[in-house]
Amino acid sequence: MKEEDRHKGKNPIEDLLRMDRIPHIWCPGCGIGVVVTSFAEALRKSEIDLDKTAIVSGIGCTGRVAGYVKLDSFHTTHGRAIPFATGLKLANPELKVVVFSGDGDLAGIGGNHFIHAARRNMDLVVICVNNFNYAMTGGQVAATTPTLANASTAPYGNYEYPFSLPYLAEASGATYVARWTALHLRRVTKSIQEAFGKRGFSFIEVITPCVTLYARRNRLGDGLNLLKYYYEKSEIQHGADTRTLDIKYQGKLVVGKFVDKEKPTFLDCMNEHLGKVLGDKYKPYGGTHD
Amino acid sequence: MKKVKADPKGVLTGAHYLDGDFSLAEGALAAGCRFFAGYPITPSTETAERFSERIPTVGGVFIQMEDELASMAALIGASWGGKKVMTVTSGPGFSLMMENIGLACMMETPLVIANVQRGGPSTGLPTLTGQQDMMQVRWGSHGDYEIIALVPDSPQECFDLTIEAFNLSELYRVPTFVMTDECVGHMTEKVVIPPAEEIELVERKWFKGPKDKYLPYKPDKDMIPFMVKAGDGYRFHSTGLTRDERGYPAINAEFQDVCVRHLVDKINMNADKIIRLEEDETDNAEIIVISYGITSRVTTKAVQKARKAGIKVGTIRLITVWPFPEKRIKELAKKIRAFVVPEINYGQIVLEVERCAFGQAPAIHVPHCGGWVHDPEDIFKAIKEASK
Amino acid sequence: MVYFGDLKEKKGKIHIDKDRCKGCGFCVEYCPKDVLEMSEEFNVKGYHPPYIKNEDECLYCQLCETICPEFAIFVTLKKEEEEGEKGESRP
Repeated sequence: MKEEDRHKGKNPIEDLLRMDRIPHIWCPGCGIGVVVTSFAEALRKSEIDLDKTAIVSGIGCTGRVAGYVKLDSFHTTHGRAIPFATGLKLANPELKVVVFSGDGDLAGIGGNHFIHAARRNMDLVVICVNNFNYAMTGGQVAATTPTLANASTAPYGNYEYPFSLPYLAEASGATYVARWTALHLRRVTKSIQEAFGKRGFSFIEVITPCVTLYARRNRLGDGLNLLKYYYEKSEIQHGADTRTLDIKYQGKLVVGKFVDKEKPTFLDCMNEHLGKVLGDKYKPYGGTHD
Repeated sequence: MKKVKADPKGVLTGAHYLDGDFSLAEGALAAGCRFFAGYPITPSTETAERFSERIPTVGGVFIQMEDELASMAALIGASWGGKKVMTVTSGPGFSLMMENIGLACMMETPLVIANVQRGGPSTGLPTLTGQQDMMQVRWGSHGDYEIIALVPDSPQECFDLTIEAFNLSELYRVPTFVMTDECVGHMTEKVVIPPAEEIELVERKWFKGPKDKYLPYKPDKDMIPFMVKAGDGYRFHSTGLTRDERGYPAINAEFQDVCVRHLVDKINMNADKIIRLEEDETDNAEIIVISYGITSRVTTKAVQKARKAGIKVGTIRLITVWPFPEKRIKELAKKIRAFVVPEINYGQIVLEVERCAFGQAPAIHVPHCGGWVHDPEDIFKAIKEASK
Repeated sequence: MVYFGDLKEKKGKIHIDKDRCKGCGFCVEYCPKDVLEMSEEFNVKGYHPPYIKNEDECLYCQLCETICPEFAIFVTLKKEEEEGEKGESRP
């Protein structure tokens, strides 16, 4: 955006948004908009070719992100954002593919796809906005809802164990795993930038307030209260063992960058192995890609 | 429509001795398919195995996904990434793919799915034949939409019709299905693959205009919108929600009407160009036997016997089952005494025949619940009954 | 040569899109200089947008711009401070 436009009153983020669809549908005080801003900042700072960046979302409140971001964007079926992104990436390896979806979409119905994409070390950046419930449909219990929290399908409190998403990601084979809260604005941006610079399966969980549902049902205040609370309860422990990252209801949140390693991606493995076995008959797929 | 020549790398020119499953793979490779995402399921696994062997040598990608839901999702993603894509499955996998088939229809994504049918329902008869998904292919996903389904009757047709399926799906931006069955899939016969120059392929309508003028779902004069692929800089949006021309969600009755009518009409109004039938002696027939796939080969024997017995019987082999040849059936119903419909299920396409006959001629069903093909004698008996 | 003591503080000009605001209060809460305050007025949708209490205190930290979930507020560097600065001047 030109400098004159900024002074005339055009928010610089508007270059990256579909302004004909703003204002968005998220509630007042919802943290998803904050994560989108952090994401837009990361897109700008990392200076990647935005024409070669695609964003894929599933269904849910966070799933609506694809509809607001001005990249090649896809709003797919519930839980299937990751395999869709896999197909997209394999068809055109030059693309940088980001999966931006919610905890229910990625770890609930999409759980199987999540672990397999991590296992294969698919070159994807997965941003999971975790608000501890299925918000869009009215606040039902999710695979990440802390034990004892209230949800519309757990009206007496949740009695199940939740997932620890960084643990799941690392155990499945992700090469970059980080967790932040929505208020860790610039740290979220930095994590996303680092993920853009890496190849392989990068997973960033951002814990976000859900005002209308999770906060209301659990009497946790409004968006600001919960945003503040998550930030205050968070403790940065870079490199912590992902086995210790469970979230107890209104308990401590351990945040930071937990895993950052290098491992050949799916395409690297495919090219290397088939090249070895087939020799001249095989031409490496995907060409140069960074 | 833009016609291109086949890439010789993918064309295994020559006369081969192949089974139906392998021929599906060869047809796809000849048609330019360079991405396969699937999951093993009897009796279609051989196609996936063939792809895994052949596709890396022609510059494509094979990935065995964790399940059929992921396979379909990956297929749609890869199609939007610019590739021609295919998967293969059977009954239980087909059921799993249904939600994303709906997404593919809504996003108007070209792709090909082959269903090597087996006995059902549920796990049924994994290693034995059936033709029991014929209604499911049309109505399986929720909501109103329209698809194209082709039915080969031999490994040679598996090859030919797969190429046809790719062309139709690229032309109409719709998922196209190749509905074979275990018998044809596991049958080994001579398959002649022509040289690449003789294979004509259709490519999807690529939009080449200015970046800010692209409307992903604005129908062109021929009712089909232009397509782009991710990475071309168009920054388009595509969604499974009811959408307007920009591809943005438009959740109201007005756009639902536009959207649904478009998805259905673009196939129905072009039905005459899509439908392929093979008719034999239907002009003066009193009885017409309608069959498809492997059953049509069994029917030949029955019809020979019936004709020797003096019955004026004609045959129609449905090469395209969906869209269903309503007009032709309606036309013939006025002139003949009865239709005889043998199929390896307990009554699916016969319902369509009955509907289209409008009560002018009965549609006599010759069911076979699956596991084997008909005994020609049963079909002959039905023809004889019908002619009384 | 510019010595540390002579370094001029950046000054920001705040732009608020009142009608896009949903009154969440994040910007008001987290502005390090208390430049913003929730107003009593209503916007088109019935929310209370913030108003600029004292713009002179604004340091161009851009936290309000980064935190706003509605993309309704952003800051530009005041013109007289822009000598020697490049256009997209983010720290």
